[in-house]
Amino acid sequence: MREINVKDITELVEKLCIDACCKLGDDVFAAFKKFKASEQSELGKSILSTLEENAHIAKDNMEPACQDTGMTVVFVDLPQSVQIVGGHIEDAINEGVRRGYEKGFLRKSVVKDPINRVNTKDNTPAIIHYEISRGDKLRISVMPKGFGSENMSQLKMLKPSDGIEGVKNFVIKTVSEAGANPCPPVIIGVGIGGTMDKAASLAKMSLMRPIGSVNPDPQLAALEAELLEKINKLGIGPAGFGGTTTAMAVHVDTYATHIAGLPVAVNVGCHAYRLAAADL
Amino acid sequence: MAERINLTAPLTDDVIKTLKAGDMVFISGTIYTGRDSAHKKMVELLEKGEPMPFDFTGQVIYYAGPCPAKPGRPIGSVGPTTSLRMDAYSPKLIRKGLKSMIGKGFRNKEVMDAMVECGGVYFAAIGGAAALMAKCVQTAEVIAFEEFGTEAVRKLTVKDLPVVVAIDSKGNDMYKIGMEKFAKN
Repeated sequence: MREINVKDITELVEKLCIDACCKLGDDVFAAFKKFKASEQSELGKSILSTLEENAHIAKDNMEPACQDTGMTVVFVDLPQSVQIVGGHIEDAINEGVRRGYEKGFLRKSVVKDPINRVNTKDNTPAIIHYEISRGDKLRISVMPKGFGSENMSQLKMLKPSDGIEGVKNFVIKTVSEAGANPCPPVIIGVGIGGTMDKAASLAKMSLMRPIGSVNPDPQLAALEAELLEKINKLGIGPAGFGGTTTAMAVHVDTYATHIAGLPVAVNVGCHAYRLAAADL
Repeated sequence: MAERINLTAPLTDDVIKTLKAGDMVFISGTIYTGRDSAHKKMVELLEKGEPMPFDFTGQVIYYAGPCPAKPGRPIGSVGPTTSLRMDAYSPKLIRKGLKSMIGKGFRNKEVMDAMVECGGVYFAAIGGAAALMAKCVQTAEVIAFEEFGTEAVRKLTVKDLPVVVAIDSKGNDMYKIGMEKFAKN
């Protein structure tokens, strides 16, 4: 059985936190360019240029693209064939977050307790999702999630009779109510099915797909395209000042569900879409 | 597209009156950061009749909590936070003389009413463009509530900070106007 030392996990998480916050992905740069070309509002175009410029400044100087460097969401794909040695994986991940946020001059935005609200001063604990994978590489993905957009996310337990129209209406309503608050143009992750928690987790996971990637299921791909078109007719636009670019992508994922249920979760991601991943 | 308007903060009542929703404005001069915790605290002090740690009368408050500054830099990345969380506190501060706010996103009716009544302006900075906005900050100094960390009140000297007039002193709302212009059924 292959062994992976927790020291390597900590080092990787530290690097991924800094990289994610400072270096927006090629897919984000490409999306800014694409939507700048199609945006109908002059002010909207100029805002997309500003966002592009901001992303370049951040990358060139290794400074956070957005000051809200988020609560750190970490996804771990852990192969069944790997053994973690030298300590506990959760401690190792949190230590990586602690070091990354300190060394990267990232903002510490986490409070220890939602009621008493005292800052932990090191951005821990992270939100960690584990999957036991069938592969042989340990994959770690870090998504620093800002709360301007997270706060605009919604979940609803629809009835099966609400059907696909009910799902569409709920997604549109969520984006419409969010308006300018989540820093549009947004990335929308939609999770349909499972249980309440599964729908939310599907929505979050779908945000990990590269911007503009298409669901392999043709029916879901069509739904993604339709939702994107409808959202971009809302008129909210870049920064909410009006325009034709309210979302840059809609990603939909589904899972089996109960005969009595149709859970739908909409996780809103801002344009400063941050994700970094690597294998061990 | 709107013309570029250059202003020096603090802004006078006469200047505020001339601003219209949708104007692109570049702010230079002195502004103060303050977000959730600072707002809560300031309103508590107001209600107790206790002295303010700084005089916000006629000043510009920027809803922002910056990243830590790298060595040799005045401040880290510093973009706006969502303004609606300040809505519970803003009317009280506006009625006590706060004139200008910078944030992002909608304001509620109570805030808009207070702005119209007292002649205030609400600017929106571009959310997420925080590395770019840090370059507009020349000096930064914590002047109150240091214990709040990133949420402390900082006095900033800024040069050409790019903002848009989101709600003007007559109550015109750029978010509403802009969205109506581009909404299609």
